[in-house]
Amino acid sequence: MKMNRRLFLLGTTVIGGGLLLGYAVTRPDRQSLANRDHTSAGQSFLTTWLRIDPDNQVTVVVPHSEMGQGVLTSLPMMAADEMDADWNQVRVEQAPATDLFANGVLIKGFAMSMGLTVPAFLDRTVNFATLKAAEIMNMQITGGSSSVRFTGEMGMRAAGAAAREMLINAAAAQWDVAASECDARNSYIYHDASGRSASFGELASAAALFEPPRNPTLKTPDRFTLMGTAVPRVDIPAKVDGSAMYGIDARPDGMLYAAVTTAPVFGGKLTRVDNVDAVMQRRGVERVIELEDAVAVVADNYWRASEALKQLQPVFTGAEFDDVNSSDIFTQFDTALDSAERNEDVHAGDAAEAFAGAAEIIDARYRVPYLAHAAMEPMNCTVHFHDGRCDVWTGTQDNLGIRGRVATVAELNENDVTVHPFYLGGGFGRRLPQSTNTIDQATRIASHFDVPVQTLWSREEDTRQDYYRPAVSSRFRAGLDSNGQLVAWENVYIGKNEPVEAAHIAYQVANQQIDYVESPTHVPFGAWRSVAHSQHSFFLESFTDELAWHAKQDPLQYRLAMLSDKPRHRRVLQEAATRAGWTTPAPEGRARGIALQESFGSIVAEVAEVSLTEDGAVRVNKVVCAIDCGRVVNPDTAASQVESGIIYGLTAAMYGQISIESGRVKESNFHDYEMLRLADSPEIEVILLESDDAAIGGLGEPATPPISAAVTNALYALTGQRVRELPLKHYRFTPTPIEAAGNA
Amino acid sequence: MIEFTINGNTRQLDIEPEMPLLWALRNELGLTGTKFGCGIAACGACTVHVDGQPVRSCVTPVSAVRNSQVTTIEGLTVNAAGNPALTAVQQAWIDHQVPQCGYCQSGMIMAVSALLADNPNPDEAAIERSVSNVCRCGTYPRVSKAIRAIIADNAGSAASAQGDTV
Ligand code: FES
Ligand code: FES
Repeated sequence: MKMNRRLFLLGTTVIGGGLLLGYAVTRPDRQSLANRDHTSAGQSFLTTWLRIDPDNQVTVVVPHSEMGQGVLTSLPMMAADEMDADWNQVRVEQAPATDLFANGVLIKGFAMSMGLTVPAFLDRTVNFATLKAAEIMNMQITGGSSSVRFTGEMGMRAAGAAAREMLINAAAAQWDVAASECDARNSYIYHDASGRSASFGELASAAALFEPPRNPTLKTPDRFTLMGTAVPRVDIPAKVDGSAMYGIDARPDGMLYAAVTTAPVFGGKLTRVDNVDAVMQRRGVERVIELEDAVAVVADNYWRASEALKQLQPVFTGAEFDDVNSSDIFTQFDTALDSAERNEDVHAGDAAEAFAGAAEIIDARYRVPYLAHAAMEPMNCTVHFHDGRCDVWTGTQDNLGIRGRVATVAELNENDVTVHPFYLGGGFGRRLPQSTNTIDQATRIASHFDVPVQTLWSREEDTRQDYYRPAVSSRFRAGLDSNGQLVAWENVYIGKNEPVEAAHIAYQVANQQIDYVESPTHVPFGAWRSVAHSQHSFFLESFTDELAWHAKQDPLQYRLAMLSDKPRHRRVLQEAATRAGWTTPAPEGRARGIALQESFGSIVAEVAEVSLTEDGAVRVNKVVCAIDCGRVVNPDTAASQVESGIIYGLTAAMYGQISIESGRVKESNFHDYEMLRLADSPEIEVILLESDDAAIGGLGEPATPPISAAVTNALYALTGQRVRELPLKHYRFTPTPIEAAGNA
Repeated sequence: MIEFTINGNTRQLDIEPEMPLLWALRNELGLTGTKFGCGIAACGACTVHVDGQPVRSCVTPVSAVRNSQVTTIEGLTVNAAGNPALTAVQQAWIDHQVPQCGYCQSGMIMAVSALLADNPNPDEAAIERSVSNVCRCGTYPRVSKAIRAIIADNAGSAASAQGDTV
C-alpha cells in the first residue's frame, strides 16, 4: 500500500475516518461518566461541554487550545448564545486531556472534508456516536481552521441548545406548565403567563435528570444575541499583565532545566560526547544525558545548562546526507517534474488534444523554499516521572495527542499520563503532536530524574530542528486558442500534501491535467499555517496572472470571466477590488495586484498595493482582504485572524527561506531567518462577508495563501518583472510599469 | 552577590555576574512574565526597564544592573501605592484587543511604555525605531492603532491641561 507520509499530518484521523460509521449506534453514556469524574458536589454536567453551577455560573469547557485565535471566546459564545445564558456569568475552562473530552465533532469535520459520507451533516443532531471514534483516534486537535467550524457548529451550539431545552423541561415540570410556555433569557427560565422565573443554577440538578434531546432546535441567525457580535476575548487581560502562563512558564516544585543539541543533519546519530568531565564541574550542572540523536545538559538554571552545553563536544554521524544542499534538492525536483512517472490529481476533458490544437502554449516553473514555523515561544516541554506515572506541562495544539505520545515514549498506560494545558506562544502547525521531536526528547531526558525537568530549545535549535513547510517546485503549461482563450491547463508539482485539493483551480478550464510526483528528501516536513495552500496559491495565482497579462486583459476581469458559476468567488474579488480602488490608478510609484484562494471552507481575495524602496526592494503599503467565511461568529477576532494570516504569509513571501547546506539548516535565529516587523507591516483592511446557507468557514489559515501572489502580481504591474521564486528579499527591482491593456 | 531592585523590592542574588538578567528573572526570581524569544537581542520578547530605559534582558548581564531599578511586566501593573492597576498602555491593549497568542506582548508593552514615557508624542519613524519587537502572530496593525490612540489621548489631556491654566 502506498501511503504518503504527508497525509498523516492532519490525516491520522481521516484514515481511520471510515470507522466513524461503524460506531453509528448512539450511546450517550458519557453523561454519567462526566458527572462522576468531573464534578464536585452540587455541579451538574448537562452535556459534555457545559457545566452549570448552583450559583448560576455556566462553565463552557473548550476542547481546543488557545493559541491566539480567540477560540476560548468564540466557542463559548456559540454555546452561551444557544443557551440564552448571561455572558457575564459564563466562565471558560480548557478541557483536561482525558478521553471524555475527545473531540468527536472534529473527526466528523475532517471526515467530511475528505469526502467520506457522514450522514446528517449539520442536521441539528447531537451525534454522540462520533465521540467514540474520537476516543479511539486520540483527538483533541487544534488545526485545520477547524475549531469554530466543527466543534462550534456541531458541538457547542447543539450542546447549548440541548441544555436550554433540558432547563426548560425542568422548569415546566416544576411549575406544572407546558414547556412551550416557558422561555430562556439571561440565564433564567421564565414562565411569563404566571410571572414565575428560576435561574439556570436553581434548575440545573433537576435538568440533569432529563435525557439530552437528540435533536435540539438551533436558533436561526436572526435570534442570535452573542454570535455575530464583537465580544472581547476572555484571554486578553492575562496577556497584558504578564500573568498568562505558557508551557515555558511551568514551574513545578524542584524543576530542573535541560538544554539540548540535536544532530544537525537530519537523521544523524550521536556517536560520542567529549569534555563531559569538565562540563560536570560547572556550577549547577546535574547531568549530561546522551540520547540516540542528541545530547542534553540538565542544570538548576537554563542559562547554566545552555552555557555548559556549549562546552560539550558531541560527535554526530550524518554522512549519508552530509553533502546535500538546497540546490541539489531543487535539481532533484526539476528532474522529477520532467519524468514520465506522474500521479494523477485532476484530469478533466482532454488536455493532450487541447494542447495539440492550441494556437499558443505558455509555460512557467515556480518554486518555494522550506519554511520554519518560528513560533514566538521556543519549543519546550516539562515532564515529571513519579510513582510509576508522569505529568506533562506544555502548550500544544492537541493535549490528548501529546498524552498518547508521552505514554508511548515512556511506555506507560495513557491513564498514567496527565497533561496540564497551557497557552501556546504560537502554534501554526508546529505544536501538533505529529511533530514529536521536542516531546520525545523531553520525555526521555526526564525519565532519568525523579524531579520535573523542563526541556527548552534555544531559538537556534527551534529553527534547525523544525518540521518544515516543504520546499516545492511546480511546472505549468497553458494552451490558448486563436482568440487567446485558455483552453488547456497542465500542472505538475512535487509532493501531494494536505489539503488534497490545494492544487485544484477555481477557474473554468475545460481541459485539465494536474499531476504530482513524489520526490522525497531527508528534510522533515509538517503542517505549516494553511499547509499546501501556502505554496500552491502562490503558484496558481501567479500563473493565472501571467495568463491575464499575456491576454492583455485586466487581471480582475480575466478571473471574473472564468468564474461565472461561482458567485461567492466573484463577490470576494469584486469587494476587495472595489475597496482597494482597483479601477482608479494607484498612487504615484505604486501598483496593485490581486489574488484569490478558497481554503478551509472560506473564500478570500486580496489586493496588495506595493512600491519600491530607494534601493529597489519591495515595500507592501496596503492590503485589502475580502473573506467570505459563511458566517462570522466574532467579527473582531475574525478580523484579527485575517490580519495575522496576512502578516504570516507576507513574512514568508518577503523573507522566508530555510536553506539546506551540507545536509543541515543554515539559518539559525531572527537575524538570518528574518521576520516582518512593525516598520514594514502594511496597512490592512479586512472585509468580512457572509453567505446565507453556506457552511461556516475557517479563519485562522485562509488569509495566508493568497498574499504572496497578490504582492508578486502587484510587483509585476509595477516593474514588469515576474517573480517565480520566493522570497522577495533576494530581488531588487526597477520600476518599468507596463500598460494594463484591460484598463486602457 | 548581585544586588538590584526588582519591581520596587531590593533583592540579592548569589549568581554569576555574567548570567543574563532574563534568566535571573525567570529561573531565579520566578518572574515568568518576561519572555525568552531569541537570546540574541533580535526579538524584544525579553524587554524590561532598567532605570526606566528599555533593555533586552537576554543580553544584559546581571552585573550591568547592579544597584539599578529593574521593572518587569509584573511591576508595570503595580501603581505607586502598590496596588494592581493597568497602565494606559495595557488598557489600550485591551481596548484594541491587541494580543493574539500573547507571547510577545510583555516585551511589546514594555517597549511601548518606555517610548511613551520618554516621548508622549512620537512620530511614525520614532515608533518604528523603538518598537522593533517581533510578533509572530502579526499584531502590528493593532499595536499601531493602540499606540496612536494613546498618543491622541495624551494630546487631548495635554490640551485640556493647557486649557485649565488659561
Ligand atoms: S529574547 Fe531577548 S531580544 Fe529576543
Ligand atoms: S501575539 Fe503572538 S507573537 Fe505576538
